[in-house]
Amino acid sequence: MTTTRIENASRRRFLQEAAGLTLAIYLPSATAAGAGKQMAKTANFAPNAFLRIAEDNTVTVIAKHLEMGQGVYTGLATIVAEELDADWSQVRVESAPADAKRYNNLSWGPMQGTGGSSAIANSWEQLRRAGASARAMLVAAAAQQWNTPAAEIVVANGMVMHKASGRKASFGQLARVAAEQPMPADVKLKDPKDFQLIGKHAPRKDSTDKTTGRAVFTQDIHLPGMLTAVVAHPPRFGAEVKSFNATKAKAIKGVVDVVQIPSGVAVLAKDTWSAKKGRDALIVEWDESAAFKLGSDQILEKYRELAKSPGNVASRAGDVDKALSTVARTLEASYDFPYLAHAAMEPLNCVVRLGKDGCEIWNGDQMQTVDQMALAKLFGLTPEQVRINTLYAGGSFGRRASKNADYIVEAAHIAKAIDGRAPVKLVWLREDDMRGGYYRPMFHHRLWAGLDDQGRLVGWRHRLVGQSILAGSPFAAGIKDGIDGTSVEGATNLPYAIPDMQVELHTPTDIGVPVHWWRSVGSTHTAFSTECFVDELAQVAGKDPVAWRLTMLEKHPRHAAVLKLAAEKAGWNTPLPAGKPGERRGRGVAVHESFKSYVAQVAEVTVKGDGSYRVDRVVCAVDCGIAINPDVIRAQVEGSIGFALSAAMYGAITLTEGKVDQSNFHDYQPVRIADMPRIEVHIVPSAANPTGIGEPVVPPLAPALANALAAATGKRVRKLPINTDELKA
Amino acid sequence: MITLNINGKESRVDAEPDTPLLWVLRDTLQLTGTKFGCGMALCGACTVHMNGEPVRSCSTPVSAAAGKKIVSIEGVGRSRVGKAVQHAWQRLDVVQCGYCQSGQIMSAVALLENNRKPTDADIDGAMGGNVCRCATYVRIRAAIHEAAKSLA
Repeated sequence: MTTTRIENASRRRFLQEAAGLTLAIYLPSATAAGAGKQMAKTANFAPNAFLRIAEDNTVTVIAKHLEMGQGVYTGLATIVAEELDADWSQVRVESAPADAKRYNNLSWGPMQGTGGSSAIANSWEQLRRAGASARAMLVAAAAQQWNTPAAEIVVANGMVMHKASGRKASFGQLARVAAEQPMPADVKLKDPKDFQLIGKHAPRKDSTDKTTGRAVFTQDIHLPGMLTAVVAHPPRFGAEVKSFNATKAKAIKGVVDVVQIPSGVAVLAKDTWSAKKGRDALIVEWDESAAFKLGSDQILEKYRELAKSPGNVASRAGDVDKALSTVARTLEASYDFPYLAHAAMEPLNCVVRLGKDGCEIWNGDQMQTVDQMALAKLFGLTPEQVRINTLYAGGSFGRRASKNADYIVEAAHIAKAIDGRAPVKLVWLREDDMRGGYYRPMFHHRLWAGLDDQGRLVGWRHRLVGQSILAGSPFAAGIKDGIDGTSVEGATNLPYAIPDMQVELHTPTDIGVPVHWWRSVGSTHTAFSTECFVDELAQVAGKDPVAWRLTMLEKHPRHAAVLKLAAEKAGWNTPLPAGKPGERRGRGVAVHESFKSYVAQVAEVTVKGDGSYRVDRVVCAVDCGIAINPDVIRAQVEGSIGFALSAAMYGAITLTEGKVDQSNFHDYQPVRIADMPRIEVHIVPSAANPTGIGEPVVPPLAPALANALAAATGKRVRKLPINTDELKA
Repeated sequence: MITLNINGKESRVDAEPDTPLLWVLRDTLQLTGTKFGCGMALCGACTVHMNGEPVRSCSTPVSAAAGKKIVSIEGVGRSRVGKAVQHAWQRLDVVQCGYCQSGQIMSAVALLENNRKPTDADIDGAMGGNVCRCATYVRIRAAIHEAAKSLA
């Protein structure tokens, strides 16, 4: 058997390849040596780019990644504090400046940014070394001051001690002398058995500010003389401004200016409400000659038509045509997935200030290097002349990792249009955010599978149709042989031992709806179709869905382990208690790997006669390597399940003649508190290097839920979001 | 000029009477803890208390707030219940992105001011108007129960 299977390429690998980069290695801050002088004034000890110790005994960890809720400030700080042996209470976190030389994402090469659940994975070694080298310098400082051998000095909970002489000093007391010590050439990292913080409870660093209203988001920035801009965008993607009349808008109190920019017409005002009123009063005539005018139903028709013919081969093993023509039984199913908006709680926004020799932005910035380059190009600056103040982001789910810096460039165009005479805060209202495009692409999947006479899965063909996320973006070089890996991830790396498999992809290029990565990217749809279809096949083969999957996972022990753990904790082999009269109950399972983390979920549902249902309980097992902060992991599991449930139950962006139908939370509904199931989280103990947790828990929820609904009702979900009409008794 | 009483302090603001209280708080008084989420009273991120009742400040004209006692996230910690809720939120590390949490806390405090032993159904009723896209709901529920316990 010849295998020409294309390995699943994750988003980070694409980013890496697209930029043609090599993996960077840990280097102490280039400025650390020179910083010594400066430190003498500020009494700071800043041994490298990632931490600073002040004489007041605070340890400041510099976070190169965006905190958008995933707990990364806490996670990064835990790694530094662990090797430093700091006391958790003395640790604070601050955001790194935009500087790809020092703060690049090591998984992406010389590019700073957050995504692909890579923050902890790429920082792990780097921050351990950062913490350990600072610790070594504190020890050297103490040894020098006390005239004792360094080997006799111990560090614990933020104190440096020499037991024999009874001497001890805080980090702050040693900061000045530590700054004069030579940078250690190499450092010894801790044996994991000695970890004091990792794997234990280290409370979040952002809890206090976020519960008292003190945390600063982009929306909260006020600069002297700042104007707030609200933009009239075209009602259809691809349309442009033909003409506009600003007379009525300018008559609104507070409105200062109205300017045309490439993406629409911006109303600038002294405050947000006046800008909104100004925009409402604006009269714009749009040139729709190049506008996209199809509805989502028509797009789906096109996709279904395309799915009738073979696509580009994304992965191949064995001979699927032969296998499917000789098996005892074949099955076929198709699945439809809508566009999805990210709909983070903080609608998109960005503050821009233009200066004589550069520009400065304030933003919940997720791709500093992309944003720097985009603004540098727009203004004819060097990337270094674009200063980025990265603030907390009120959610992102991928949206703020803009491939082309769309909303940031828009803010910059407005500032440019008024010649930089005032700082500008661009505010997208909820409707702008919902209708602004850059959605999770709509997809149509068609699958065929064969069972042999003993009920074994022997042939598998998976054909996908959907727009490419990478096409037309700075990451387009990541498309290889016509395959955008973000379209097929989760399908090409299906873990099951099926001898003959083929994954094919159609990438339509005539759909004018901007698409983007959305938390867990390709796996948002591939996990659903594959795990629902496998479940259905198990049923047809007369096998138990868990046991049957396990027979095909011998070469994938981490998949198998989470699947077994979730099943065991859910009580898979004991019957589900019956519901009230008229209620049907069911239990379903799914397992999926994304971003190198392995997740299995068992969902339990109760379905009423009218087809309405509730998810009663979700048991989740996760293997993401060493668990840095188990409580942050549990929080991400809980949140990911809720986020995924929103999409499964309600989520759909649809278009009518090219116009987006939804506008706000009444017609694009997220789950609310009463929708939430009981959630049980089980973390697999692991010695493997840590991997991501922000995204990997999202994919298995919808298929586990759909499989539970099938168990309860006998009806298979073929289209998301779930239509309760199809679940009627 | 409209006179507002916010967190026990009187402020005179120059605002059109139809301006939502939200924007007066945020843009005029720079009390930015109260968040803008939807502008249509659909998500609860802008929740403040007006004479003790939770209201959506994005849909409350500032003229309707004149003469009323307004409490925002910046002032809610001065009450016993407010403090207890904030502490419970911190103990359980409820927050993720944090953007909706001011509104969540304001709704939770209003619930506990009226009902010191809320059931899960009470919580669903009182918190149903507050959206959290990070879906921190599991911990919101737990923190409300925890705050109730600490107030007992």
